[in-house]
Amino acid sequence: MADFRYMQIVLPLAVFLALGIVWQCAASFSGWSSAVFPGPVATAVGMWELIANGTLLQHSVASLFRVTLGFYLAVIVGVPLGMLIGWWKTGQVMFNALIQFLRPISPLAWIPLALLWFGIGDKPAVFLIFLASFFPLLVSTITAVNHINSLYFQVAANFNFSPLETVSKVIFPAILPELLPALRISLGVAWLVVVAAEMIAVKSGLGYLILDSRNALRMDYVMDAMIAIGLIGICLDRIIVQLNRIESVSWGSV
Amino acid sequence: MGHVIIKDLCKDYVERRAAPRTANNHSAVDRGQQLRVLDQVDLEFHDGELVCILGPSGCGKTTLIRIIAGFEEKTSGTLLIDGKQVKGPSSENIFVFQHNGLLPWMTVWENAGLGVRKMGNEAEKAERIQEYIDIVNLSGFEHHYPHQLSGGMQRRAELARALVVNPEVLFMDEPFAGLDYLTRVKMREEIINMHEYFRKTIIFITHDIEEALTMGDRVVVFTERPAKVKLNVSLEYPHPRDFSCSVDLEQLRRTVYEELGVHHAL
Ligand SMILES: Nc1ncnc2c1ncn2[C@@H]1O[C@H](COP(=O)(O)OP(=O)(O)OP(=O)(O)O)[C@@H](O)[C@H]1O
Ligand SMILES: [Mg+2]
Repeated sequence: MADFRYMQIVLPLAVFLALGIVWQCAASFSGWSSAVFPGPVATAVGMWELIANGTLLQHSVASLFRVTLGFYLAVIVGVPLGMLIGWWKTGQVMFNALIQFLRPISPLAWIPLALLWFGIGDKPAVFLIFLASFFPLLVSTITAVNHINSLYFQVAANFNFSPLETVSKVIFPAILPELLPALRISLGVAWLVVVAAEMIAVKSGLGYLILDSRNALRMDYVMDAMIAIGLIGICLDRIIVQLNRIESVSWGSV
Repeated sequence: MGHVIIKDLCKDYVERRAAPRTANNHSAVDRGQQLRVLDQVDLEFHDGELVCILGPSGCGKTTLIRIIAGFEEKTSGTLLIDGKQVKGPSSENIFVFQHNGLLPWMTVWENAGLGVRKMGNEAEKAERIQEYIDIVNLSGFEHHYPHQLSGGMQRRAELARALVVNPEVLFMDEPFAGLDYLTRVKMREEIINMHEYFRKTIIFITHDIEEALTMGDRVVVFTERPAKVKLNVSLEYPHPRDFSCSVDLEQLRRTVYEELGVHHAL
């Protein structure tokens, strides 16, 4: 067991190390200058500069703030709405077509409208992140409600549950095991979209850092920002995965 | 209380399945046609009776008790519990489901407490829940989740949850299905003891003829679909019952086997 845990850390690290070596070789033998294709060393130096002068932290916090806000809004609106529509069969018939129509429209297609409606600043970015995570969450919640064993509703009826109790004691706990993977996916999507959103609407965030570094021809900074995005992405994912450990949720995985 | 009167009860389902039509396919049921499941069922269950219901698979036993419990609408006829029309599910009549009736996100304790969740006095409530968990021998498993229990323990937990409510009528739809023989026999015993103690009306569906005859105060046998009452006998033999000692009981056993279409009963 201890051995297994150890391997769980060592093996992924080995893959990263191998990637670093391939990267270094590619950079050395490509014949391009390090301004065009920086190797790991140049990138590490750049990373140190960005950390030392606080730029990286400042941009990461800005991005995280937008993602958190947009994602929470999507959860707060999407999950209850999904429970309502999923529970109310007529509602499903009414809204399903509309949802399926809006869903494939990429959040990025909303950029011009978002800029027009919300101007420059955090608002359009948060709006885009909201859109990006809202639809996957809404659809997954509706599906999860449909998957609830009808027996549980009969139990609820048998014990005279009020509608509020049915929502809080049956529907919500019943969808949690299915909802967590959906949260995981939509948080991932939100993190994808924030970079795009920050390239157009704001002057901070990791997306802006990439754009700004490109304009300054600092490809090492561009790569540093990419690395930061990847690392924060891993951390966000881990946080959601931890929720699976809650005992009243773990029945779903049996 | 727990007096059930059923008169001329009928139930039709509308057949929604489109049967594939081929030249020589004469499907038993056509699309849009009414499928009669219960046909003029007349029954009376007395207060505190343990009624065992037998019948061929698919004849309508589950349908009948789902109607009595208020989960399903009847098509026509009269159905009274303690003189009142049944309008829908109610916590006076608790249904013990065939399997997985426990809410899996709640512990045994939380499940068992569902029926008394509105009780004001916390201490009294806890005492009551504990009492029934002890009765079904689940002490020590209060804070386990259903998936951490065996099949038999889950059934017992569900039984505790039903008993905590102190229901007028208890419905059990093949509650022992899927349990091994020994557990089954033990659960039988527990239900008989519990019934002697509480004297609630219990309506119990089973496929096991011996089980019905050992447990029931009354045994009802249905025909094939559409279900009609084929046999309705009251058993006034004391527990424990032994087929080899009672000639009447042995005779009844043969009759039931024959009614269910087995002519060379053991
Ligand atoms: N919701 C439904 N819609 C249409 N027909 C149904 C429905 N539920 C049950 N039936 C029909 O009613 C008949 C009786 O079903 P029921 O579940 O009551 O049988 P049962 O006696 O409990 O059988 P078993 O012993 O196998 O559990 C079946 O033939 C089935 O086709
Ligand atoms: Mg049945």
